[in-house]
Amino acid sequence: MSTAPAEVQRPDTAQETARDLPWVTVVWNDPVNLMSYVTYVFQTVFGYAKPKAEKLMLDVHHKGKAVVSSGAREAMERDAETLHGYGLWATITHDS
Amino acid sequence: MARFRRNADGATARFAPVEAAIIRDLVGQVIELIGADALDDPDDGDTLGGADAWSADSAPADPADDTGLTEAAGEPGVSGGNGASDDGPIDADALAAMIGFSDNTELPDDPVLARLLPDAYRDDPDASGEFRRYTESGLRSGKAAAARTVLATLPPAGGRIRLSEPEAQAWLRALNDVRLALGVRLEVTDDFDDQVANMEPEDPRAAYIGVYQWLAFLQETLVRALS
Repeated sequence: MSTAPAEVQRPDTAQETARDLPWVTVVWNDPVNLMSYVTYVFQTVFGYAKPKAEKLMLDVHHKGKAVVSSGAREAMERDAETLHGYGLWATITHDS
Repeated sequence: MARFRRNADGATARFAPVEAAIIRDLVGQVIELIGADALDDPDDGDTLGGADAWSADSAPADPADDTGLTEAAGEPGVSGGNGASDDGPIDADALAAMIGFSDNTELPDDPVLARLLPDAYRDDPDASGEFRRYTESGLRSGKAAAARTVLATLPPAGGRIRLSEPEAQAWLRALNDVRLALGVRLEVTDDFDDQVANMEPEDPRAAYIGVYQWLAFLQETLVRALS
């Protein structure tokens, strides 16, 4: 991971919407998944721009986890299912 | 050493025969592990034998008896035993996919399967079980399909391969599943570099470290080719 995010101030929409919606998808740190791969998956699955995808990846890496999406429970289950398909360790939780 | 590069259609790489043999063997083992666990009939000797390297009882404690990984690393050109023609588990996959869900609601006992098919709720076994009931068979067949794409596009003898974008994406997921499986068996942790540096030469895991690291390199080149 040599490319630094260009837009440091980009707002984290996933975090913001998490306040309004009751369910979130969390991705947990994993010693195997490559940082570049995790970033790629966030871009591919959620359509996030690279800086946002990288920020989330770094949150996973440094903080142990990150909220990657939020919304209705059914939508979060679909996200988790998709992320499991990519081999990411994703769980769903009620945002409290 | 094989590496992927971007081309007009997707990605391309050239594999030595030994590299192709290792990948085909490991990917085949993932297919069998994913498929074998779904079979009701455990009498298929090929299936169980082929999955030995991933089973909780064997690898990597005793590599001498550990068929899959040892053969792959030590006998270049010997491959295809776990190939696409082995459709025992695949039939079960297709059946499960047709039904769309299974009765299985438990986290798999095998740590590799537990990593490939994780719980979706950390502290809610009932919700995890319900999620698993409706998603696990699709997850298994998706992983098996990605793995079979690798087998279908990588000749046992290796050579130059050219992948379309969807094929390259399948490769990416399949390589990741292989690395997750190896990572569990090698007990990879966040301080893996320290682990490797301090590993005794006679540690049975030592023989697989090179393969694990090479697969990480290969996957990295494929991510870059697709980014």
